[in-house]
Amino acid sequence: MSIDLTQDYFALFGLKRQFALDESALEAAWHELQSQVHPDRYAHLPDVDKRRSMQWATRVNEGFRTLKKPLERAQYLLELAGVDTALETNTAMSPEFLMEQMEWREAVAEAREAGEVEELEQLHHRLLHHAREVRSGLARELDEVHDYPAAADTVRRLMFIEKLQHEIDEALLALED
Amino acid sequence: MALLQIAEPGMSAEPHKHRLAVGIDLGTTNSLVATVRNGIAVCLADETGRTMLPSIVRYRADGSIEVGQKAVAAQATDAKNTIVSVKRFMGRGLKDVAHVETMPYDFEDSAGMVRLRTVQGVKSPVEVSAEILRNLRRRAEASLGGELVGAVITVPAYFDDAQRQATKDAATLAGLPVLRLLNEPTAAAVAYGLDNAAEGVYAVYDLGGGTFDLSILKLSRGVFEVLSTNGDAALGGDDFDHRLFCWILDKADIAPPSLQDARRLQMKAREAKELLSSCEEAPVHIVLGSGEEVNLVVTRDEFADMTRHLVQKTLGPVRKALRDAGLAPDEVKGVVMVGGATRMPHIQRAVAEYFGQEPLTNLDPDKVVALGAAMQANVLAGNRRDEDDWLLLDVIPLSLGLETMGGLTEKVIPRNSTLPIARAQEFTTFKDGQTAMAFHVVQGERELVSDCRSLARFELRGIPPMVAGAARIRVSFQVDADGLLSVSAREMSSGVEASVLVKPSYGLTDDEIAGMLKSGVEHAGDDMVARALREQQVEAERVIEATEHALEQDGALLSADERRAIEVSIAELRVLCTGRDHRAVKRGIDALSRATDEFAARRMDNSIRSALTGHKVDEFEV
Repeated sequence: MSIDLTQDYFALFGLKRQFALDESALEAAWHELQSQVHPDRYAHLPDVDKRRSMQWATRVNEGFRTLKKPLERAQYLLELAGVDTALETNTAMSPEFLMEQMEWREAVAEAREAGEVEELEQLHHRLLHHAREVRSGLARELDEVHDYPAAADTVRRLMFIEKLQHEIDEALLALED
Repeated sequence: MALLQIAEPGMSAEPHKHRLAVGIDLGTTNSLVATVRNGIAVCLADETGRTMLPSIVRYRADGSIEVGQKAVAAQATDAKNTIVSVKRFMGRGLKDVAHVETMPYDFEDSAGMVRLRTVQGVKSPVEVSAEILRNLRRRAEASLGGELVGAVITVPAYFDDAQRQATKDAATLAGLPVLRLLNEPTAAAVAYGLDNAAEGVYAVYDLGGGTFDLSILKLSRGVFEVLSTNGDAALGGDDFDHRLFCWILDKADIAPPSLQDARRLQMKAREAKELLSSCEEAPVHIVLGSGEEVNLVVTRDEFADMTRHLVQKTLGPVRKALRDAGLAPDEVKGVVMVGGATRMPHIQRAVAEYFGQEPLTNLDPDKVVALGAAMQANVLAGNRRDEDDWLLLDVIPLSLGLETMGGLTEKVIPRNSTLPIARAQEFTTFKDGQTAMAFHVVQGERELVSDCRSLARFELRGIPPMVAGAARIRVSFQVDADGLLSVSAREMSSGVEASVLVKPSYGLTDDEIAGMLKSGVEHAGDDMVARALREQQVEAERVIEATEHALEQDGALLSADERRAIEVSIAELRVLCTGRDHRAVKRGIDALSRATDEFAARRMDNSIRSALTGHKVDEFEV
């Protein structure tokens, strides 16, 4: 196994350190790495090899997930660039954004209480579209203008959006049960 | 210069040494064992040629244990000691098990997992399952002629940590090293995908005897990547039987049946269900213990109607799995049907309708899981050849989390994460000077802890006293390739640590397993075989003696040919008695009694006739 697992995830997967991502290249690299380190390749070997294989395969999966998800990829890039996104402490968001969030939330809560599956599905799609716009802004900030403070702010906005998205999914799930 | 040869990971260093490994499908209704022989996966048969072992274990008063076909008849006659569908109890408390009221068992709701009181004492579902595994292990070792390196044992993809751990414990108890716990739909996908060189997104719809799984997989260049999985660990063919059983009770207006009648009616219901997969209608004819006769006919449409809600119930998980995979039904290239219950025509219809295409039924739904498991066992054991270059990337079916304030769940590892996976979460103290912290590990998707499955509780002690909120306690979850969780907690400033392998609340503890092994379960098994042989030999001698005596007395009742047939049977049984196989002796006894059936009837007639000539009929008790 000639893989240096201490290198950063972009290097590990042989990808350029940027927000824009070639998903198929990431996936191919993931498959290639796992075919070398996966515990299934070590099942007949001593426990020490099995344990190491599990640690490596775990790291490879963690890297894949981090790079695949846009929000986590952006956070990881900022972390590599030494920018503190201060996600827990810095919650100062623009009033416009907060208003917008409140409206979304009210709509979700209403649809949820009324059991409106279709309305929730619609909100889900509108929010997906919105998230895509925010992400393309993030790509510009990270890859083109390298405005990391602005990117950190966009990351925080994206976190709100994804959290809301998750709530809609959970509401849909709960309504189906 | 000499070159050192270094074996590739996963390649056997000794290419000619084939390591014996098997795949085991430990099913609710039937279990199978398969292996790869000359590059081809095959199911191994028992000495009577059967590959399917009914998952039935009977504990007898004489201390012997019957498994499989031999225990089938005892379901009705010795229901309390004859355990069927034990998989439904694995890693489950009594309150989790459906329809307990119609089950003939004597349950004991001990901490964590339900147990069953039998004539041989209290048995845990792990012990019962171990009997099935031990039987299959012996079958495999006899058939392959050597000790097994290990086994891949399949579990429903939707099994939680407790159920997986219970399955692994059962294997340990049966003396089987577990190479991997493999999800049933993934095993099926391997068998199907490799056989058909399939590429693209496939759904595996796996409805077994007691469990339902739906997995979405992406197959590309030898990689089987599970995108999502969903299911219902308590929904299966058994529920269809149960519905039909209730319908029969209702139609025939039967008051609550006796345990024995209930078991027989359930067996009838299953027969009728199976018949309806090939016929338009099925008769239900049975004479109850009271002498009351049930004579009904159930049509395919009636059956489809009464079980419609069960079919619908499988579609919920299908929708959820597709949504988690981010796919629409028409993006699925093929739907692989697995499990005997998918033979029901109305299930195939519902699946076809949902996906907009006919499901793939060109494989044996009973065997495909065992065959896939055998293929995987073969490579895991180190027999990988160049062409066996596939990789399975499976996921965890249910989210893992911790209880936080107010009985809420904080998810640490989300469902459908690719395995192996590790995640950590930091917590802090909420009181000044707090020196201990209790953790409650749960699994499930619901917000409230009370709606999730409790996996383990543990404490981190010895935290140095600090003001509230100052301690940083890092809780790490690691899920291995078997889908089993271990958790550890560490206070970051002091390095105080605590860790648990998540098993105390639902599985057996290591000590319990060690105790069971030590108490000679394994040796008792071997003694049992020897004892069974002696018992059968004694029985054979008794039958031969009785038959010879009868020939001497009443030989005149037989033609010369008839007499010769019986004498041949006796000679055959004598030969079998010199062997070591008690089952073969039993078969010889059965063959002899079949050969003397007619003779016995004539003798009976004869003796009754001669007896009656000297007595009046009413002197006989009828």
